[in-house]
Amino acid sequence: MSAILPPSNRLWWKQPIDKVEWAWIAIAFVWGMVMFVMMIYWHIYGKQNLSNEAYKTTPEMFAAKAEKFIAENTIRTETDQNIPVVKVPDNGEGYLIARLWSWYPILELEKGKTYKIHLSSMDYNHGFSLQPVNINIQVIPGYEHVVKMTPTKEGTYAIVCNEYCGIGHHSMLGRIYVKK
Amino acid sequence: MSTTYRTCPVSGLQFENHAEKLMRWNAVAGVLWLLVGGITALLVILTRWPAIKLLPADQFYLILTAHGIDMLILWIIFFEMAVLYFASSTLLRCRLAAPKVAWAAFWLMVVGGIMTNVAIFQGESSVMFTSYVPMQAAPHFYLGIILFAVGALIGCGIFFGTLVIAKREKTYSGSIPLVTFGALTAAIIATFTILAGAGILLPTLLWSVGIIREIDAQLYRMVWWGLGHSSQQINVSAHVAIWYLIAAVVFGAKPLSEKVSRFAFLLYILFLQLASAHHLLSDPGMSAEWKVLNTSYFMYFAVMASMIHGFTVPGAIEAAQRRKGYTNGLFEWLRKAPWGNPVFSGMFISLVSFGFLGGISGVVLGTEQINMLMHNTFYVPGHFHTTVVTGTTLAFMAVTYLLVPVLFRREMILPKLCQIQPYLFGISMSVLGLVMMGAGTLGVSRRHWDMAFAGAPFQYEWPGAAYLMMGLTGIAGVIAVIGGGLWIVLVVGSLLFGKKLDGGKVSNLPTPIPDQSQAASAVAHGQEHVGVPGTVVLALLLFVCFVLYYFVNWKYLSEVWLLS
Ligand code: HEM
Ligand SMILES: [Cu+2]
Ligand SMILES: [Cu+2]
Repeated sequence: MSAILPPSNRLWWKQPIDKVEWAWIAIAFVWGMVMFVMMIYWHIYGKQNLSNEAYKTTPEMFAAKAEKFIAENTIRTETDQNIPVVKVPDNGEGYLIARLWSWYPILELEKGKTYKIHLSSMDYNHGFSLQPVNINIQVIPGYEHVVKMTPTKEGTYAIVCNEYCGIGHHSMLGRIYVKK
Repeated sequence: MSTTYRTCPVSGLQFENHAEKLMRWNAVAGVLWLLVGGITALLVILTRWPAIKLLPADQFYLILTAHGIDMLILWIIFFEMAVLYFASSTLLRCRLAAPKVAWAAFWLMVVGGIMTNVAIFQGESSVMFTSYVPMQAAPHFYLGIILFAVGALIGCGIFFGTLVIAKREKTYSGSIPLVTFGALTAAIIATFTILAGAGILLPTLLWSVGIIREIDAQLYRMVWWGLGHSSQQINVSAHVAIWYLIAAVVFGAKPLSEKVSRFAFLLYILFLQLASAHHLLSDPGMSAEWKVLNTSYFMYFAVMASMIHGFTVPGAIEAAQRRKGYTNGLFEWLRKAPWGNPVFSGMFISLVSFGFLGGISGVVLGTEQINMLMHNTFYVPGHFHTTVVTGTTLAFMAVTYLLVPVLFRREMILPKLCQIQPYLFGISMSVLGLVMMGAGTLGVSRRHWDMAFAGAPFQYEWPGAAYLMMGLTGIAGVIAVIGGGLWIVLVVGSLLFGKKLDGGKVSNLPTPIPDQSQAASAVAHGQEHVGVPGTVVLALLLFVCFVLYYFVNWKYLSEVWLLS
């Protein structure tokens, strides 16, 4: 009879299913398909898809590339820690290092231009959380993630670390400038 | 081993002696961990409340690690062990397979749980319950979880063994009850899950003592979430089984269709394993095709299963109520439901909150591109406090009001407070989930001690609305802790001081479940078909909310920087 007793009808699988139940199953199924198609649709027509481009790397290899990029493109330094502000060159390739507990360096971008920002971590997992835009990307040691991004508005943006990375996690704040 | 069987005079349920003791001890162990988890919850919420910010940073991360482990793993799984023994031994009126082994499993879980907590409170293991490598905890942090998991795995084995014995000794005829079927689903998923867990935690343990040199950080995340996500499916299966159980006990409700409900449970087994993918949607190391396939094809079938249960549980209640004559309008059946009975009110709030808040937010969060808006923000814990807390935990609380009299033979003390507890906890926790999601939508991070970023080289000022949401989080969270604490007081108080109830007849032999198939199926056929229009309206309401919220998030996404 009830859900806590063995089904009274031994051949319960032969009982017909009510129309209403069928209808609801159909709605749930179709809705699942719609949501499936939406993701594919967005890959084709949408303008916000996370890049698929990623390579295996090591902290040393990545740091070497990033240091070269910084050495060639620094335009000034900021704060009393002399953090370099690096203008990403015309080829659009920029590097951002995540490490305990900073985002390094400060990047300067231009509105409307498309960049390929290489992201990787020197140590633990970190979380790239661009605010107040609210784009969130996992940064994993050993992987170089090449994210293509196009800023749509000028301003000063913060990069919050939103993957727990130890005792200094909440002080890990980076910066991106977007100029006209 | 010789044993006895007790038939509860109130419920007619039959408890085998060993199984009964095991259920009690597992449930009590679960409640004690909930107590520890509740204290950590209070400390966590008072620290995240910007106006209070109680703990210093190191203690906050330590306590948050303990909160995740003690709640999500220890409280939930101890209680689930009791549910498994109930659904097998009690519902099938069968002796428990290998009670000695079941005790060994219990003690393994106890030792493991304590060991991991010791590691955490020693202070060298503040790695959060996810313990992503290469951040390292003390070896006994991992060892404790492994011992606990082995114990839980053995518990699942006892459950399977008991089903086999029941079948062999013919304690029932026909098929196992739906609730047992749901528990079976949970146990099967648990077995997979724990094996995935072993696949990652054993190497991690070896790594922490220096035997293995390196573990790939992305691989870890992938395998770990095979454990972490699938185990949430255990919780869903368990609490859905409890919804059916409560509907059956309180209303005498029978499933609208056994076939549909069982099929929906089966979908959980078939399609949830790979949903671990939705924790990796914003990760570098996986292709978009892999993400889309694993979150849609696999996940949406499981979503479909939950939507089915979300329909058939209230549908069964509505049908039962209409048969009793509550047929006026769309909702008389619901209005005249026993809202003063905490067993029912807890279950119904669990159902509604899980469906409307947890379910919808989970699917949106699990959409490949939309995930970028919320990944690792406060939205994530907001989402799962409306699944594993208002869904699972509240369902477990509700069923406990039923179990204290029949299993522990004590009357619940302070019935007036029992009546309000599910509302207090269920509503404040739902609000907590909502405002956490609100803060996350504004970008606020999870697992983050300081919204003011003390010690950072720059400043970033969160929008005022984010501070407002975090303040509301604090208020709702404190009320939720009070609601949860009240439940612990009521339950422990009843176990200690509640009026003793008659245990009922004890015999050396089980009384088999009467073979009701002949007589009852004649009744079933004669019974008139009742429609469930009220449930249809509720389901459509859910669907409309779902669709609107889903597309609103695509709209949000379309407004951020362009990414490709
Ligand atoms: C009783 C009231 C509770 C309150 C006020 C509460 C509050 C919170 C808050 C605010 C967080 C997020 C902290 C952060 O990310 O900074 C959190 C995390 C969490 N909570 Fe709760 N919680 C409660 C009960 C529960 C219960 C019953 C469970 C499980 C069954 C649970 C499981 C978790 C888990 C797994 C986390 C994630 C920990 C992590 O990020 O590592 N909570 N809780
Ligand atoms: Cu970080
Ligand atoms: Cu961090």
